[in-house]
Amino acid sequence: MHDQIKESLLKKSRATRSERRGKLISLFCTAIIILVVVSIFYFVASKGLATFFSNKVNVWDFLSKTVWNPGSTDSHGNPQAGAFPMIIGSFAVTLLSAIIATPFAIATAIFMTEISPTKGYKILQPVTELLVGIPSVVYGFIGLSVVVPFVRHTFGGTGFGILAGTFVLFVMILPTVTSMSVDALRAVPRYYREASLALGATRWQTIYKVVLRSATPGLATAVIFGMSRAFGEALAVQMVIGNAALLPHNLVSPASTLTSVLTMGMGNTVMGSVSNNALWSLALLLLLMSLIFNLIINRIAKKGEL
Amino acid sequence: MKNYTADDKYIKALDPNKHELAIYTDDLHVSYGSSEAIHGVSLAFERFKITALIGASGSGKSTYLRSLNRMNDNIDGTKVTGKIMYRGLDINGPGINVYEMRKHIGMVFQRPNPFSKSIYDNITFAPKRNGLKDKNKLDELVETTLKQAALWNQVKDDLHQSALALSGGQQQRLCIARAIAMKPDILLLDEPASALDPISTSTVEDTLLALKDDYTIIIVTHNMQQAARISDYTAFFHLGNALEFDETSNVFTNPKIQATEDYVSGRFG
Repeated sequence: MHDQIKESLLKKSRATRSERRGKLISLFCTAIIILVVVSIFYFVASKGLATFFSNKVNVWDFLSKTVWNPGSTDSHGNPQAGAFPMIIGSFAVTLLSAIIATPFAIATAIFMTEISPTKGYKILQPVTELLVGIPSVVYGFIGLSVVVPFVRHTFGGTGFGILAGTFVLFVMILPTVTSMSVDALRAVPRYYREASLALGATRWQTIYKVVLRSATPGLATAVIFGMSRAFGEALAVQMVIGNAALLPHNLVSPASTLTSVLTMGMGNTVMGSVSNNALWSLALLLLLMSLIFNLIINRIAKKGEL
Repeated sequence: MKNYTADDKYIKALDPNKHELAIYTDDLHVSYGSSEAIHGVSLAFERFKITALIGASGSGKSTYLRSLNRMNDNIDGTKVTGKIMYRGLDINGPGINVYEMRKHIGMVFQRPNPFSKSIYDNITFAPKRNGLKDKNKLDELVETTLKQAALWNQVKDDLHQSALALSGGQQQRLCIARAIAMKPDILLLDEPASALDPISTSTVEDTLLALKDDYTIIIVTHNMQQAARISDYTAFFHLGNALEFDETSNVFTNPKIQATEDYVSGRFG
């Protein structure tokens, strides 16, 4: 007997075909992304490691020596590729800007979610989004024409240096950290707040002891995300930091970061030369750092899940 | 569903000379934005008794309960008129310290909502904020409240484990323990057993019956058997009005209002 239903169960239909096609397309896209990431890592690593393998720079010297002049050699005949000043510069601006930005960001986020969740949120949400969208060259330009003279007049020196870089990065990461903190606070379930209020806790006690406590993983992620942005920011920092590859002896003397040396130097070296390879080593260091930041964020997210 | 008019109601008056009243409302209206959820409810609650608020979803019983310790304050656009009298004061009146008031009128919610802290820290959260620092007293408080909530024997070996590791029923009893750690006068419960299985429900009910000696309990419930089992008084809510209020046995066996009879016999709701 001719059983139509039975036949249709065994036949491929339009739906199964389009599902198969969709699956293939998303697989293909995923593969491209993985390919791009792997090739970037491969490229940066092969170039960056060449400094140590072909040009015989000692890894420890690279991380700890303070003279950056990879084109010339020292008395032992090794290239002078000491990245320590830039490593210090990068970490200094990152940590300092995060330290300043965190209290501001969390306070703003508390205002937007707990104190004025309708009006305040409505006004501040677009403001933070706007701040995220401002191009970094604009931040750098303002830093150059406002922050640097301000630092010069107030703290002395040329004005260029880690302090100016810190101020500019503080303004740059503030909106990112704020909006991520807002997300973290909004994710705290309403019933936590109600439980606390119903026990007679005041609003501040509820915010401080219940809301902030349970949002801690999210807030930590926000801060680390801001730090990874600060660490990787190149243009704006380069415009205000002074770009001297020297170990900074105070916050207002010209310094440099990994990114600023990269942007300054990349047009001025020849592919394959020691100077060029040394820049790739800096890029490799940046890549590894952002990898570490990502791992930390992942760790926190896992811990926060309970 | 039939239309029942709000004019047809029977609210048994509790004579303040014979019954000690813990709290009462007088013509209470509650509205969210432009829509009114409670249309003038006047009920009185006797001290050391359990009063159940029953009614279909959307009848306003939860809204009414939440207004008794001003939990609706936190919802934008809520407006409350009429009186809620507690110890001779209108709790919505000027000069009322809302945080202090909530210490005396505690609340347990529908969904168990322990903080993601240890059992010990959950119970000591409010007393600590209130200035109780003595470790021995805190320990003692944790033990007595957990015993009152019938949870002590199950958790006494590890009071510092996370409260979220407990089962739903245990979490809810922890929330009750946490609420009574502030030694409130009145305990409001918003469907405390609706998220629990029957065994946990019956444990929570036993807990409430045991607490009746020291607390005035007002409980919202969807479960009519539960209201019949544990309460002394029952109020029937319908579409924002309290249509009937009487001793529980009367409400269930001999209701005076048609709507109540239809509801308790399962004809709607």
